[in-house]
Amino acid sequence: MRIAVCIKQVPDTEARLRLRRDERWIDEEDVPFVINESDEYALEEALQLAEASEGEVVVFTLGPERAKEALRKALAVGADRAVHLRDDALEGGDASTTGAALARAIEREECDLVLTGSQSDDVGFGATGGVIAGHLGWPHAWLVMGVEVEEEGTARVVREMESGVNEIVRLRLPAVLEIQAGLNHPRYASLRGIMQAKKKELSEVGASDLDLAPEATGAAGALTEVVSVGFPESGEGAEILEGDAEVAARQLVERLRREAKVL
Amino acid sequence: MANPVLVVLQQREGGLHRMSREAIAAGQSVAETLGGSVEAVLLGEGLDAAVEEVSAFALAKFHVVEHEALASYTPGAYVGALVEVVDAVQPSVVVLPHTYQTVDFLGLLAQRVDAALVPEVTGFESADDGLLWERPVLGGKLTSKVAVRGGASVLVSVQSGSFSADGARSGEAPVERFALSADPEPDRELLGTEEVGGDQVDLSQAGMIVAVGRGIGDGEKMSVAEDLAEALGAELAASRPVIDNGWLPRDRQIGSSGQTVSPKLYVALGISGAIQHLVGMKGSKTVVAINRDPNAPIFSVADYGYVGDLHEFTPAFTTALREAADS
Ligand SMILES: Cc1cc2nc3c(=O)[nH]c(=O)nc-3n(C[C@H](O)[C@H](O)[C@H](O)COP(=O)(O)OP(=O)(O)OC[C@H]3O[C@@H](n4cnc5c(N)ncnc54)[C@H](O)[C@@H]3O)c2cc1C
Ligand SMILES: Nc1ncnc2c1ncn2[C@@H]1O[C@H](COP(=O)(O)O)[C@@H](O)[C@H]1O
Repeated sequence: MRIAVCIKQVPDTEARLRLRRDERWIDEEDVPFVINESDEYALEEALQLAEASEGEVVVFTLGPERAKEALRKALAVGADRAVHLRDDALEGGDASTTGAALARAIEREECDLVLTGSQSDDVGFGATGGVIAGHLGWPHAWLVMGVEVEEEGTARVVREMESGVNEIVRLRLPAVLEIQAGLNHPRYASLRGIMQAKKKELSEVGASDLDLAPEATGAAGALTEVVSVGFPESGEGAEILEGDAEVAARQLVERLRREAKVL
Repeated sequence: MANPVLVVLQQREGGLHRMSREAIAAGQSVAETLGGSVEAVLLGEGLDAAVEEVSAFALAKFHVVEHEALASYTPGAYVGALVEVVDAVQPSVVVLPHTYQTVDFLGLLAQRVDAALVPEVTGFESADDGLLWERPVLGGKLTSKVAVRGGASVLVSVQSGSFSADGARSGEAPVERFALSADPEPDRELLGTEEVGGDQVDLSQAGMIVAVGRGIGDGEKMSVAEDLAEALGAELAASRPVIDNGWLPRDRQIGSSGQTVSPKLYVALGISGAIQHLVGMKGSKTVVAINRDPNAPIFSVADYGYVGDLHEFTPAFTTALREAADS
């Protein structure tokens, strides 16, 4: 079984954010980038499924040069090969254009199963996996908390629903499964893994390799465009307690007793 | 005349989902701004009760699609049916409630109908050539405004609480039975459901909660929060990443995929305040947030805040509580 995993490199959720000058996105300089959280879980799930079936794991990312680091990390953790969709023409799109490009790249590699994360921590569409499934014509499921590949060419899939209930469904394979954080324990890269990763295949593809016209993909091809980003108005907001921790803590206790009357 | 706005409603076992009314309110508000009418569509089987409820809203048309293949939700069957309805109605905007069910099929629907996609919308404004849709990015730390290009039709899912259900205007909605030209094809077999996390701790009745976020840094460092919880007589809870990392059991998770709580005091330690967390705790009476990022969205729902290291502040808070109790 050949398993494709889509991983996206996103700003660390801890990063302090500044706006870019045109106020259409953040200033990415000095921002630490990491593999999107749910994608780490998708990668681990793929590695476990591949180990159980002597399969192969191919990781895909669409992103600028810095995104290679995410692919290298995935290779160090155990993925077999990596494909970098690296082309300025592919950048700056939305879930529709990104999903279409990833689907083309996955098709070229003839995969039997696609795992994605459930949501990216930066733009958070929660939709790219569904778009990929649409292009491939495969069934899919969002918020997957468990995967069992069955003999009959199907998979038994646990899906998270609202308010603490999971749904168990059966899907025909091949399929696209959008993995939710928390279903396994992602492994760390070993020193040996990091050394081995240097010898693994990491290929680059561009828009023309995917038969995508530059005007039909990325920022130019997207039907949506971010015109601005900004810090949300904080409404009333909190009363911020000043001073060092001890002073502020004593003030807080005072407020909770006398103002809020909750103590 | 502008093309209609189409609202996709959600039901479960024949009962209308709470957020369907918010979606109607959003659809009406969009249509008022753009000009044009509002239509709605409901899919399923055995829908009489829900149909009656919806027909009391001000809608130009209410399409009801009943089919046994739609009895339980699957993305394949739902999207198959919705593609036919969208083809027939030719909406400029399709409004959906931003529920887990909607997100499950939204990307697929956008791909099938070739529409622009703007998920998790919290509001909109009009601009020169159409609407600008507001949606959170980067875990709610920023809000973005999104334009749709070239007059494309657009699918928007509206976030819970962004449009008031009470704002949905009532009236009379003519019911039209929509006849599908092809049988919808379910692409999943439903095998059953299971409760998450065995013997549940019920936090919904807790009077005070100390909630820990990823900012705690390490499961080994949980004792600062435990000490605070003990000094307050509070229950310990957490955001999702803390649970996913195995630092606390799953039944202590607060949020859209965890528990919903409304204590009189909620202390958030190192929690950024993503919407999926906020929906679980925004009913709390008094909220205290400790975070070293002054822009963390949690501060916008908090009553009191401290900007700084939780590992310094939390022990100081515990000490101050103990001193106050002794005096
Ligand atoms: C479908 C779906 C369902 C979800 N359901 C839930 C849910 O039920 N509940 C839930 O909580 N999340 C849920 N999430 C995840 C949610 O989107 C966020 O990722 C999550 O809430 C973030 O948790 P956090 O605030 O602890 O972590 P982060 O967002 O990483 O925030 C950590 C915060 O700690 C601060 N910090 C770091 N170090 C310190 C320090 N030393 N002192 C003080 N502050 C510090 C940082 O400034 C930061 O603000 C769900 C996501 C999806 C896609
Ligand atoms: N640029 C990208 N490269 C690789 N995978 C991506 C990319 N964008 C999105 N994905 C995948 O799609 C999932 C959902 O992303 P999104 O639709 O942006 O919330 C992510 O968790 C990734 O697995």
